[in-house]
Amino acid sequence: MSTGSNLEKVLKNGNFAVTSECGPPRGADPEAVKKKGAFLSGYVDAVNVTDNQTSVVRMSSLSACLILRSMGFDPVMQMVCRDRNRIAIQSDILGAAALGVSNILCLSGDHQKFGDHPTAKNVFDIDSMQLIQCVRQMVDDGRFLSGEEIKGRPNLFVGCAENPFADPFEIRAMRLAKKAKAGAQFVQTQCVFNVEKFGKWMEMVRDLNVHEKVYILAGITPMKSVGMAKYMKNSVPGMDVPDDLIKRMQQTPKEKQAEEGIKICLETIEKVRGIKGVSGIHIMAIEWEQMVPEIVRSAGLYPRPQP
Amino acid sequence: MIVANRKPFEEIIGMLKPYARILLLGCNECVTVCATGGAKEVAVLASEIRLFRAKEGVPAEIKEVTLERNCDPEYVETLKPFIDDCDVILSMACGCGIQFVGEHYRNRIVLPAVDTTFDGVTEQHGVWAERCQGCGNCVLDRTLGICPVTRCAKSIFNGPCGGSQGGVCEVNKDAPCAWQLIVDRYKEMGMLDRYLEIQPIKDWSTSRDGGPRKRIREDLKI
Repeated sequence: MSTGSNLEKVLKNGNFAVTSECGPPRGADPEAVKKKGAFLSGYVDAVNVTDNQTSVVRMSSLSACLILRSMGFDPVMQMVCRDRNRIAIQSDILGAAALGVSNILCLSGDHQKFGDHPTAKNVFDIDSMQLIQCVRQMVDDGRFLSGEEIKGRPNLFVGCAENPFADPFEIRAMRLAKKAKAGAQFVQTQCVFNVEKFGKWMEMVRDLNVHEKVYILAGITPMKSVGMAKYMKNSVPGMDVPDDLIKRMQQTPKEKQAEEGIKICLETIEKVRGIKGVSGIHIMAIEWEQMVPEIVRSAGLYPRPQP
Repeated sequence: MIVANRKPFEEIIGMLKPYARILLLGCNECVTVCATGGAKEVAVLASEIRLFRAKEGVPAEIKEVTLERNCDPEYVETLKPFIDDCDVILSMACGCGIQFVGEHYRNRIVLPAVDTTFDGVTEQHGVWAERCQGCGNCVLDRTLGICPVTRCAKSIFNGPCGGSQGGVCEVNKDAPCAWQLIVDRYKEMGMLDRYLEIQPIKDWSTSRDGGPRKRIREDLKI
């Protein structure tokens, strides 16, 4: 059964998909969401809305999804297992579907230690793998985890994330295979800077034939400065920024670093497009959403297929 | 063993402020092994309190007693002769012992001198680490002896998450990633294909989530 998801349509029609993301504001002002959204309008097939990313309190993903939907976007509601047990998770899934959200991205969630409430209690009643299974059971079988029938089943295109660069590397393709087996229909990867390693991971993914089961969108993040590149390399766990990229940014005069970052980003897009099994890109322009149109245009990915 | 840490001295001394006669209680079991609340630590804390209170001009009278166990009635009952002569009990036993003594002597308050932390092992002399959360539904057969509930910061059953790097958990650089350990163990035993099995959703009702737990053996009751 096909959902109302534009992202699903784009991928099923064989188009190279472009998604991006919008981090909700740390406040109740809807204009903040609309402002970020306005940059992306017409340049993406769907927009992810993060769920209290890095464990910092923000406007809820579902609420920001609705604001973006009212602007004509196809939102991807990110959902983490950190803050909700299976009761709240299923309840939010029903609510999201009822309000017209067509995509969900299933995540475990960053540990609360990294956020603004490090003394909070976490939940992790289920994990991301089990969340994928949960959504698929609700969508496909019309049943809750308890086995009871859902009256008015939700219909969602189900995604997940995977980090090809985290350890142990050898099981990272297997982990995606597990997620595909659990029912994930698309995956958005961690930011790709190390294209060579990403290529190796894709090779392992193809060996397991996972690219035939799940649409793979490579994560793309433009670097604003050498400072950002260094921060990502040294301070963000699971992020792989090769030394030659740092060096390249370092050798660029400060005022030209943003430009160089976009250049690197475009080269990365070009390279991942050439890797068999990659079905699209997911641009995470962190607090730099205004660059997304230029990236999409320069990468030759504009215009997007009409919804 | 149950592992505990002594509370900061300022916190202990603050709790004791209204009291002059203190029964300082230790335990010969777990808290002795983890060097927190045995007879030795009781003696050290008693001296510290005496010195501090003497300096403050409000001397404290301290009776030191270390029980074989604080979690068994037969030992807890031996405290009886000391209760009338104290204003308060300060316990260096684990949270179980502190509560159990309080249940027996309802006319006295039992103050905690330690923070009870976890069920763990002695990894090396002076190093204790958590191993079990008593979830009531053991999965160590599936993870080849490494507990994801306890040792993964997110207690995830299908790890590792994206924060595992160089075998270390992103939450604490001193904690190995549980799922790296599990994958290593699968490999060691030639069972890496088992990694592909999706671990099912856990029944947490046997854990603390199902409410306080109790075990009854009718045949052993007297």
